[in-house]
Amino acid sequence: MAQFEDQRTTVYKIDPEHPESDTLPTLRTEELLLNMGPQHPSTHGVLKVILELEGERLVKSTPVMGFLHRGVEKLAEEGTYHQFIPHTDRLDYVCAMYNNFAYCRAVEKLMNITVPDRAEYLRTIVAEIQRIIGHQFWLGTQALDIGAMTVFFYCFRDREILLDWFDELCGARLTTSWYRIGGVERDFTPSLFAKLKQFLDYFPPKIDEYVIFLEKNRIWLARTKGVAVISAEDALSFGLSGPTLRGSGVDFDLRKYEPYSAYPKCEFSVPVGKNGDTYDRYWIRVQELYESVKIIRQCLEQIQDGPIMADVPSVTLPPKERVFTNLESMIQQFKLFSQGFNAPPGEIYCGTEAHKGELGFYIVSTGGGKPYRLKIRAPSFIHMGAFDHMSKGYMISDAVTIFGTYDIVMGECDR
Amino acid sequence: MSQLAQRINDTFPGACTKVVEWRGDLAVTVTPEALHDVAQFLRDDPALRFDYIVHVSSVDWPDDEERFEVVYEVYSIRTRQRIRLKTRVPESDSIVDSLTDVWKGADFMEREVYDMMGIRFRNHPDLRRILMPDEYEEGYPLRKDFPLRGKGWRDTFEFLDEPSR
Repeated sequence: MAQFEDQRTTVYKIDPEHPESDTLPTLRTEELLLNMGPQHPSTHGVLKVILELEGERLVKSTPVMGFLHRGVEKLAEEGTYHQFIPHTDRLDYVCAMYNNFAYCRAVEKLMNITVPDRAEYLRTIVAEIQRIIGHQFWLGTQALDIGAMTVFFYCFRDREILLDWFDELCGARLTTSWYRIGGVERDFTPSLFAKLKQFLDYFPPKIDEYVIFLEKNRIWLARTKGVAVISAEDALSFGLSGPTLRGSGVDFDLRKYEPYSAYPKCEFSVPVGKNGDTYDRYWIRVQELYESVKIIRQCLEQIQDGPIMADVPSVTLPPKERVFTNLESMIQQFKLFSQGFNAPPGEIYCGTEAHKGELGFYIVSTGGGKPYRLKIRAPSFIHMGAFDHMSKGYMISDAVTIFGTYDIVMGECDR
Repeated sequence: MSQLAQRINDTFPGACTKVVEWRGDLAVTVTPEALHDVAQFLRDDPALRFDYIVHVSSVDWPDDEERFEVVYEVYSIRTRQRIRLKTRVPESDSIVDSLTDVWKGADFMEREVYDMMGIRFRNHPDLRRILMPDEYEEGYPLRKDFPLRGKGWRDTFEFLDEPSR
């Protein structure tokens, strides 16, 4: 009983400023520091955020990153341009194809290579499939974090079909390395075309199904509407991109405004939000699923026969069957992999619209087979810069929503 | 010289030291003293409005007198064009004005440059390491004189076959 009394005296103190008011004890308040992570399930990887709390409200949050730092940019300086492609898989390991794509485009810009038409269409199809996978993954995990578990299973059921499709395409589900500088590694087989067409008929009703689970779900609406709001001006100033930026009403999509690959030949719209909250970003991602299906359909209609690799022997790899039968091709392959190609001195930046945002590569070359400096513009890292700004004033449980709203993957964030 | 580079040169005489246009990318090198003013001008000029910060990067040129190069890449949503703004500083005085007050996103990106290359930023609100641990004292990993295998405790490992590079 005496111990109980002691505790009471530490919690209820008489206000020293007004000792006469001893009839009304003031409540002792102080800011609470809370470590969220590095092992919290909803941080999507290994990320720690130090939350400063006033009651249950977030006053300040400081992200602590770097738990997954592997020095990818340093590694890039030590290998040839071709050797870096598998490293890009390990950046955003959920969407390896788009990383390959962004990197290959950057090197092609450096080397001034034009990719043949058929390769461009194949690239666009696979990139859009990757976008579907990325958005499914985001939708499933975000709903799971917020408390709607069923959507997760539905999303992952359909994602599995596409991952198996990747498996048949290049022998890997996640770390794909299918893109090559100047083209792609191998063509689609007739079976892949058939499976893809089948999926395109199967998928749109499934998107409606995901939406049914969420659009009238009171918990989902309450936890996403008006949460993590950012104005268009601030979003641009923080360098946000992709659906996170478009949610704030900025019509900015590199596929439209700096068109590349087969995108200029396809018709699609860029959904743009109004309120800049998590719900708008969710709505944009769902609309993008429909748009991706549309783009793939158009690509499948327009695609023609042709080469799948640019014919620049000093840079691009020879076809595999020639390597095994032709001496010159074997020498070409050997030289490209052992010494690399000779890049001109100069520097380029090339941004690509990945499903998270603008994934860019800044390459400085001083000539020779290795990049002098390679900088990865990782959207996840830049989005984390806005975390403190976007989380101010929200409840502690909203921190989970705000992590999810950017669609971060720590492999890409920490590089 | 492109119109944009000409415009910067006219507004800030003597600030541009180098203008390069290659593969469609425009890169303008300015003196470190003028960097902040040029950035403010690029963002606020009603005809330009470079409001979207793309990335901040750095390059190490150990043989040059002005060893470090800081690179800011910005984009204008209104005019849909990019510009790369660069500045060079020597190792003895490797400090640049922070652009955090111009573009808020520069906060984390400049911290990364500091962490990886050791370039400091004046008036930065929170200049700490970001990817490496706070107490890391073995140098700046992306400098050219930093070995690929790392420094410090990793040097105590026995390597079987020392490659000759």
